[in-house]
Amino acid sequence: MAPTRRPSKSKYTADRGIPGAFEGETVTRRRFMTGTAHGAGALATMGFALPALAFAIGPIFNNDTLGWQTVGTPEMFPDDNYIPAVIVIAPGIGEAGNSTVYIRARNASIDTTPPTQFNRWVAISTRCAHLGCPVRWVPASERFICPCHGGVYDLQGVRVGGPPPRPLDRFFTRLHEGFVQVGARYSVNSELRAFSPRDPGEPLDGIGQYLYPSRPSVRV
Amino acid sequence: MPKLPAPPIPPRFLPQPPPPGTQRGRPRTPLEKGAEAGKSAVDWIDERTSLSGGVRWALFRKVPKGTNWFYTLGSATMIAFLNQAVTGVFLAMYYRPDASGGAYESVRYITNDVFLGQFVRGMHKWGSSVMVILVFLHMGRTFFFGAYKYPRELNWVIGVVLLILTMLMSFTGYLLPFDQRSYWATIVGVNINGTGPLIGPYLSDFLRGGPEFSATTLSRFYSIHMLLVPGAIAAMIGAHLYLVAKLGTTAPPWLRAKPDPELVEEQL
Repeated sequence: MAPTRRPSKSKYTADRGIPGAFEGETVTRRRFMTGTAHGAGALATMGFALPALAFAIGPIFNNDTLGWQTVGTPEMFPDDNYIPAVIVIAPGIGEAGNSTVYIRARNASIDTTPPTQFNRWVAISTRCAHLGCPVRWVPASERFICPCHGGVYDLQGVRVGGPPPRPLDRFFTRLHEGFVQVGARYSVNSELRAFSPRDPGEPLDGIGQYLYPSRPSVRV
Repeated sequence: MPKLPAPPIPPRFLPQPPPPGTQRGRPRTPLEKGAEAGKSAVDWIDERTSLSGGVRWALFRKVPKGTNWFYTLGSATMIAFLNQAVTGVFLAMYYRPDASGGAYESVRYITNDVFLGQFVRGMHKWGSSVMVILVFLHMGRTFFFGAYKYPRELNWVIGVVLLILTMLMSFTGYLLPFDQRSYWATIVGVNINGTGPLIGPYLSDFLRGGPEFSATTLSRFYSIHMLLVPGAIAAMIGAHLYLVAKLGTTAPPWLRAKPDPELVEEQL
């Protein structure tokens, strides 16, 4: 036996015999009050939840550039060896906000990227491209070596061993009133093409640049 | 299906007859007066909350035959969490989440100068490892005893959420001493999060509070470590315990289940 269907009710409250119904009314007052109470509760919750959430994720969209930092004079930097210099990457927290940069003059015999006013010196970041440990330049072997997981890079900062997925990051450099200055960070792929800075562990070859998009906080 | 009998009320909670040889109107001893004051205080609360029923429901449960010491691993994990919560509250009285040197200095002060500071910090530090080990032992017990099966799957899922939250506590707490090990381990940990495709880079920015490790990072980790995750863990433990009391515990797998003959239909 097929289940009997309940007779369909009219959508008008007046036809359903609800006391005090208005002409043409389709929503009962009980239903209206329930909806109003739920809506007011949702609105009040949004009132504190949305600003708090935006407050927490705000730094993702905040782009504070630190500007150019003087690291020395042109004669300090040879073109066949790196000289370390300390720059600030996070201001206001003392030594914890400093980082080392290795700098040498551009050498036309090994630096094949076209010369511009921003690459007359090659400034290599010490942030290992694997997971961010500090690499060290070893002049005897002409290699950057990472102490954490054994990443090894050559004179150009290109990976020659270990787990790093891309070369070491670089910084823009310029000559300003007789001083060498270091500017914004940028990442490079294995052909030394420049990209907006990526965090360590993110490859930039092939599909990598699309799987790991640049972030609004450090886009250059 | 017949209704199972309610668990019996232990005799000591039943009203006691007056001891033999005493008569009504005898002056009560101070001990009896104290006991009655305590009883009336409990009764006052119970009359207004009806809590005693819930307490009896949660505590005076039947447990299956064969229940053994392995069944205490969950309670041990909870005690480890309570240890972390209590010692953490007191460590927070001295700790300063200041990335320009204040954090390390405050931890050094706790360790070297505060009375029992090294002991309480040690309880928190070693207790965290104990908690992680106990979580895994408890999880292993549940797995190997088959206690995750119907109808307890949801409690397994809640347990996995608790495991993830515990790991998050370990990750965020590791930064707080702010020495070289903390700093570089956090750099590496945040960058591992960043290797997730598509959302990884934004997750790193969220964790650091910006593109570089800065003052915000430490206060962010501190807030997650002592406010956000402990609250979530406490709520999840509440749900976990509710389901344990609601569903009961399982017998160990080496015991053959012998159902009550009254509850089984006669086999022909």
